[in-house]
Amino acid sequence: MFGFILRRLLSGVVLLFVISTLAYMLLYVGGGNIARRILGQQATAETVAQKTTELGLDRPLLVQYIDWLSHAVTGDFGTSWFTGEMVSSGITSRLGVTLSIVIGATVITAIVAVIIGVWAAVRGGWVDKVVQGVSILGFAIPGFLIALGLVTLFALNLKWFKPTGYVPLTESATGWLATVTLPIIALAIGGIAGVAQQVRGSVVDALQRDYVRTLRSRGLSFNRVVFKHVLRNAGGPALAVLAVQFVGLLGGAVIVERIFAIPGLGQVAVTATSQGDIPMVMGLVVAIAAMVVIINLLIDLLQGWLNPKVRLA
Amino acid sequence: MIDLTPATIPPKAQRTSLFVRLLKNPVGLASMIFLTLLVLSAIFAPLLTSVDPNQASLQDFLGPAREGHPLGFDSAGRDVFARLVYAGRFSLAGGLLALVIAAVIGVIGGLLAGYYRGWFDSVSSWLAGLLMAMPAIVVLLAARAVLGPSMWLSMAIFGVMLSPAFFRLVYASVTAVRDELYIDAARVSGLSDGSIIGRHILTVVRAPAIIQSAMVLGIAIAIQAGLDFLGLGDMTIPTWGTMLNDGFTNIYKEPLLILWPSLILALTCMALTLLANAMRDELERSAKPKKRKPLIATALMDFSKVAAVTHADDARTAALTGEVLLNISDLSVGYGQPDGSVKTVVHDVSLTVRRGEVHGLIGESGSGKTQTAWSILRLLPEGGHITGGAIVFEGKDLAEASEREMDRIRGKKIAYIPQEPMSNLDSSFTIGSQLVEPMRICLGISKKEATKRALELLSHVGIPNPQRTFNAYPHEVSGGMAQRVLIAGAISCEPDLLIADEPTTALDVTVQAEILQLLRRLQAELNMGVVLVTHNFGVVADLCDRVSVMREGRVIESGPVRAIFKAARHPYTQSLLNAILEEGEPRGELIAPTTRATTQGAQS
Repeated sequence: MFGFILRRLLSGVVLLFVISTLAYMLLYVGGGNIARRILGQQATAETVAQKTTELGLDRPLLVQYIDWLSHAVTGDFGTSWFTGEMVSSGITSRLGVTLSIVIGATVITAIVAVIIGVWAAVRGGWVDKVVQGVSILGFAIPGFLIALGLVTLFALNLKWFKPTGYVPLTESATGWLATVTLPIIALAIGGIAGVAQQVRGSVVDALQRDYVRTLRSRGLSFNRVVFKHVLRNAGGPALAVLAVQFVGLLGGAVIVERIFAIPGLGQVAVTATSQGDIPMVMGLVVAIAAMVVIINLLIDLLQGWLNPKVRLA
Repeated sequence: MIDLTPATIPPKAQRTSLFVRLLKNPVGLASMIFLTLLVLSAIFAPLLTSVDPNQASLQDFLGPAREGHPLGFDSAGRDVFARLVYAGRFSLAGGLLALVIAAVIGVIGGLLAGYYRGWFDSVSSWLAGLLMAMPAIVVLLAARAVLGPSMWLSMAIFGVMLSPAFFRLVYASVTAVRDELYIDAARVSGLSDGSIIGRHILTVVRAPAIIQSAMVLGIAIAIQAGLDFLGLGDMTIPTWGTMLNDGFTNIYKEPLLILWPSLILALTCMALTLLANAMRDELERSAKPKKRKPLIATALMDFSKVAAVTHADDARTAALTGEVLLNISDLSVGYGQPDGSVKTVVHDVSLTVRRGEVHGLIGESGSGKTQTAWSILRLLPEGGHITGGAIVFEGKDLAEASEREMDRIRGKKIAYIPQEPMSNLDSSFTIGSQLVEPMRICLGISKKEATKRALELLSHVGIPNPQRTFNAYPHEVSGGMAQRVLIAGAISCEPDLLIADEPTTALDVTVQAEILQLLRRLQAELNMGVVLVTHNFGVVADLCDRVSVMREGRVIESGPVRAIFKAARHPYTQSLLNAILEEGEPRGELIAPTTRATTQGAQS
């Protein structure tokens, strides 16, 4: 088991390194004359040259990259070109907001998808048909349209929730709940649709396995076999889909944060993008890649716990 | 980052084209009509409206609908209807660009990686994984930061990000068929790699790739709208996303403004997904296997007019005087069919098992013997149910018993040994825990006691190192060991009746003998009644006291084992017995014609 964890950890670090290297190269090579872009068309050639030197962009790309990397591993991602704020503090101060939505949505996705998926698989008949039909729609309709629909219905018309804003959990639990509920639901619907389909399929598969009959022949009740044995075996493929959905949820959060005016990473990303604030964009790419790597690692560990054969891989 | 489950569709030649069948599928037809209208309205936008979608006039700021402007004006005083129609051009074209790039990269990469394998395979599979690791929107934002707000560039990049959806699909299909014999044959006959890929492999991936295209197009259109909605797209061209952005900014002043682009975007994405689903359904429907015809020669003979034979007890069976454990009378089992009818697979089967008796149930596959065995446990597969008769066990009719009552009977009173050892153990749990869990429920003992008992049982069924097997996972032991584990599990609660479904069929010949020996020993020790399902007369001769021969769901001959072996009267039983004689010894010249004559005589 230890070797398994180590291998997964190592491959995560490699992935993170490759993504940040690629991103750095593309951002700094693709950026063209960055100083000119920051200063605008009116700036003189001298001030542009001065700015270029100031930002260290006159050095060879590789030197710049090694410099960035050596600071990045200590957690220093430089400063924003526009606000002068440290990139690391700009990200960490908003990270909690985004994480609370994304993790909330992931947890809700997992729980609801398992309940619906198992229900559809075990009950069959019309329940199954309805679940499948609704999942197709949930999957098809873009998440931000669902978010817009939720805002219009529950915040603007029914006034059950506040349409915008964010209250940190540390400040007020009810306030937090009132502000994150709609964004989490908006994000989770697409995820639930995808994962529930997978859970349903894997449970239907697992229910037909021979060991189900054998375990039941030993006096185990249907529910016990379903919730202990079938679910554990169906868990593997479902977790794999959940990992994919998590990446989608992170992306969806960017848009959903904008709709609900939540001050998370999404807002930082949109602002940094429209300004061309490359150090900030770079920091965001690394932060999001790191989240994906961590979640994948967790899911791999869960897979290993669920299925002993995975540990050998 | 995008969940696209590869469509697994067997490569089957279609008789009617997919397109024609989609026209007959209501969902497929509705989706296609909507998409066709959408595309036509985008292409012929100038015919639908004479208004310039970018023409702004401040006095029309959020103006209401009026003649010539059916949907009113947006916040820049531009005509909403004109923008909606023209936006279709850009939104669809952007999505198509991403789709084409994704398909070209993904299909070519998948073909090469799957067909040639080697380093290209590992590198491209790794790259595909890398592309899936980042949320597309974040990559597009990063690209936007350096490249500016060009929709075409964004969609081209998104196409690259989406290429794994095609890559994985094509890769999976190609690796599945590349080792097929017909590909080998093509290679041997001198076809170049290029024409093999073109002629044989592309046809396999074509249908799933089309399905994937519909899904990918929907996703591309959605993400493009998302970017524009964030205000990061090119604001000079009308798209559904920029319209959403404008509508959202003015949601308090003019809520309808956001409705139209939302509606058309949602409908487009839904139509594409539903179309993909309809295509998948149609392809799967055509790929369903045809009904299998019976392959065994005896199945061609018609025995239905021959009456069932029951032999009288001989000395051996008369000596079985234990109480009657199981009395099945006129049992019928049926499976519900999709059209609502019931297909009966077991007809009026009756048999009795006394304590200490081993009753063999013999027949070919499909004769209903396993169905009968499962009915006793009330563990028929999905759709199957007892349609008639009674299964009286210790005075109780199991056919009428509730699930709860059955849970208490199974394991403790009636146990089961399956056919295939490996698939009957849950690979996610240790062997020990699969023995301990039922014992704790059936016997109500503590975990510690159950563990101790499990170890004793493992040693009792002849497992050399019980502790090691107890801690092992099923994939860590051999098939013979696994069957011993299953036998240990079956007898763990000292049942009165044991149902053994071909307990040795899946094992090596040498192991078979050991397992039969073990079964005989345990049966004697526990004085159990046994229903032994088998297709092997050798096993019957070895273990059974009585035997019932089944064919097409009916018992056609039953009686003491010796009577059946020596004086089988039903022609089918005779042909089965002759078959093993033919298998076992060199065929005697005289015997063969005689038996044929008998069977034919019985037929007429």
